[in-house]
Amino acid sequence: MLITAIPSVAFTVGANRIIRGVAIPYPVGAPSEEPAEELYIRKCLLERALKALATPISEQTIFEE
Amino acid sequence: METLKLRRIKVADVQFGSVTEIQGKTLFINKEELISLLLEDKQLQSVDVKLARPGESKRIVPVKDVIEPRTKLDEKTYTFPGFFCDPDFISGRGTTIVLDGAAIVTSGKLVNFQEGLIDMSGKGAEYSVFSKKNNIVLLFEPVPGLGKHEHERSVRNGGVKAARFIAEAVKNFGEYEEAEYPAATLLELLGSNAALPKVVYICQTIAQGLLHDNYFYGLNAQGCLPVLMNPTELMDGAVVSGNCAAPCHKHTTYHHQNNPIIEDLLSEHEKKITFLGVIVAPVRTAFVEKERICNQVFKIAQMIGAEGAIVSEDGGGNPEADLMMLTRLFEKNGIKTVLVTDEYAGSDGASAGLADVTPEADAVVTNGNGNERVILPPMDEVIGHIECVDVITGGHSGSLLPDGSVAMEIAGIMGSTNELGTENLTTWAI
Amino acid sequence: MTKIRVVHYMNQFFGQIGGEDKAGIPPFATNDPVGIGNVFQLASNNRYVIVKTIICGDNYAAENLEEVKAKVLEWIKEENPDLFIAGPAFAAGRYGTSCGTLCQAVITELGIPAISAMHPVNPGVDIAKKDMFIVETGDSAREISSVVPKMIRLADKVLNKEPIGGPEEEGYIPRGIRINVRKAKRGSRRAVDMLVKKMNNESFTTELPMPVFDTVPPAPPVSDMSDAIIAIGTEGGIVPRGNPDRIEAHNASKWCHYSIEGIESLKKGDYEVAHGGYDPVPANENPNRVLPLDAARVLEKEKAFARLHNEYPVTVGNVTAVKSAERYGKEMGEMLMSQGVQGVILTST
Repeated sequence: MLITAIPSVAFTVGANRIIRGVAIPYPVGAPSEEPAEELYIRKCLLERALKALATPISEQTIFEE
Repeated sequence: METLKLRRIKVADVQFGSVTEIQGKTLFINKEELISLLLEDKQLQSVDVKLARPGESKRIVPVKDVIEPRTKLDEKTYTFPGFFCDPDFISGRGTTIVLDGAAIVTSGKLVNFQEGLIDMSGKGAEYSVFSKKNNIVLLFEPVPGLGKHEHERSVRNGGVKAARFIAEAVKNFGEYEEAEYPAATLLELLGSNAALPKVVYICQTIAQGLLHDNYFYGLNAQGCLPVLMNPTELMDGAVVSGNCAAPCHKHTTYHHQNNPIIEDLLSEHEKKITFLGVIVAPVRTAFVEKERICNQVFKIAQMIGAEGAIVSEDGGGNPEADLMMLTRLFEKNGIKTVLVTDEYAGSDGASAGLADVTPEADAVVTNGNGNERVILPPMDEVIGHIECVDVITGGHSGSLLPDGSVAMEIAGIMGSTNELGTENLTTWAI
Repeated sequence: MTKIRVVHYMNQFFGQIGGEDKAGIPPFATNDPVGIGNVFQLASNNRYVIVKTIICGDNYAAENLEEVKAKVLEWIKEENPDLFIAGPAFAAGRYGTSCGTLCQAVITELGIPAISAMHPVNPGVDIAKKDMFIVETGDSAREISSVVPKMIRLADKVLNKEPIGGPEEEGYIPRGIRINVRKAKRGSRRAVDMLVKKMNNESFTTELPMPVFDTVPPAPPVSDMSDAIIAIGTEGGIVPRGNPDRIEAHNASKWCHYSIEGIESLKKGDYEVAHGGYDPVPANENPNRVLPLDAARVLEKEKAFARLHNEYPVTVGNVTAVKSAERYGKEMGEMLMSQGVQGVILTST
């Protein structure tokens, strides 16, 4: 599955499981946060990604929070 | 109604001389005076100035920005507002002097690999408006250890300083061609020709950080919402480029000053359309920023009564998400839209050229495929650093061939696929 | 009048050997025109001279494509003709496939121009259209008298290096490629004219039709996450220090995979950004911001999944041609599957 800051582009090119990431230069980062908080944000994104991987889908899906 | 008068002084040659002045159609530059002005910036170790004229066997690389020398005739107002002046005046009114046929080209040590090349003759010269200019090339060498952001700022500031200084020195030259452009209020625009279709122009300007920046009135566009401008404000340098997106399609300051979409819309103003104004829109990387900015652009367009819009892209890749988002917003709300872009369709022309698409984008002008490969002939003189061709966008390890030819994509030639439509290159399907 | 020396390839049917019963014949050559070959000569006022005709059974060609290709190239090299003509194949799939493959090889390996003609859905079209012009036909060989002159006209233009017009004008199947050309008016002028037409409800032609991308059916979900091997990967170009395999910053020609065995987190300086399309400063500072290894390890310890795969695939997705990206994705997927991975989390910049 794909974590990207621009879900619309991913959708257009045919990605099936999509989660919106933070920003283009750091899809799973949060430089303005403290390191511990940033790691937590990253961990949460990955948890959502794992959940998406385990979810059956029949069409392209952008997994919202 | 307020207007802007552009006085174009023709420059057909450039030389060094003891005084910065124009004689006939030749611009003379006092090299030492210019260098000492630029060295006021203590973050520069040295500056050199070289000249490159159309037809000469010269290659300029790396090129960061190109700026047209312009200055105000009027007291207490300045071109490039916000740069070395307080922006306490309204731009785009009064009289502006333009040195038509001259250009400041900023070069020197590579700031970032996304810088370009200009050839003054041969195959490469077919691709760029800058090959037809009398170029005053500024070669900046920063003090050792200067960070990229500071280096870029010094180069940008130096280019603007030189552009204003040279135009200032010759501003009272008596021979020029003058054209007048409206700087109208909404009331004035809608009063006379209410029946003509109302058009707004959306000018994307990239605002993404490290050398993908633009400046509105001296302010970095990264924190800005879209801003409504009179077309004439851009002619006075209200938007300055700090941008190193791919050289083929990033807007240099020159392109902003000479925006051809603005020129061509003005030529149809009060004939086929009413040109309402320009919305300058930053392009950011985070999706939430795109949503915020595009909705604001749409809001402004709707508030001023636009019925049609031209949207030009700045850069490639993620800015296409904004193009498509805007197209959907506009078309769904009855504003007919034309997009102006270029493509990266692969060197074989077989790849999809845009990163994002939408069925509503049914009217697109393309300014060519930046991946087209060319071999540029060797030049007698290189101004700058020739080894850069191996690392700049469009180049690759081995681009510089033993005989001095350069094998590269046109992505590396300044302005070759300019997305304001300055050139006449396009792509079509076979 | 200059003679154009032609080598002509046909299947067993058009080569007048037989029908399906003869589809297994191996390739052979004769130094005279056969069947339609004569039509080419006549229709070109005898400018085109068939110096060799190669005939091969459709089944033989389909089952022994590499061998047939080698043999045909050898014959053509001997003759060194000005032009290679394959078919026309109309809608015949095996025939079109061999025609397309042979034409492509002749053009790319021998540098000799080639021409063919097929129905647009013939599989031979996708094989060869990038490299050559294929005249469009219907599905019936009865069209032959109109197809041959079109092929000659197009081949003449290729041979004389004349400018060639669009697919509709010249009668060829759209090749799916775009080339740069110069227009009389600059881009901005064309945009303003297009908008005026659009606003007046007049017809106009877009210069860039919106492409349609291939879709892939969604993969079935990971059935038991606690038992699963999960991999992470990225197109953000996070590579070991020094970019040892030199993945390009722009228009990458490759993808790579690197071991993360025993590594808990990507350290600043050990990894760097090779991708030239985004601000590299945040990710150079902390590469986990693009390739989330540290968080993946945390989840691995918490047993959110069984094991983090010991390698990660990486490329640079900056102006990478779509066809390349498709290939890299397929190859990455194949590698990961063969290594027992059940799910992949990719990040994109």
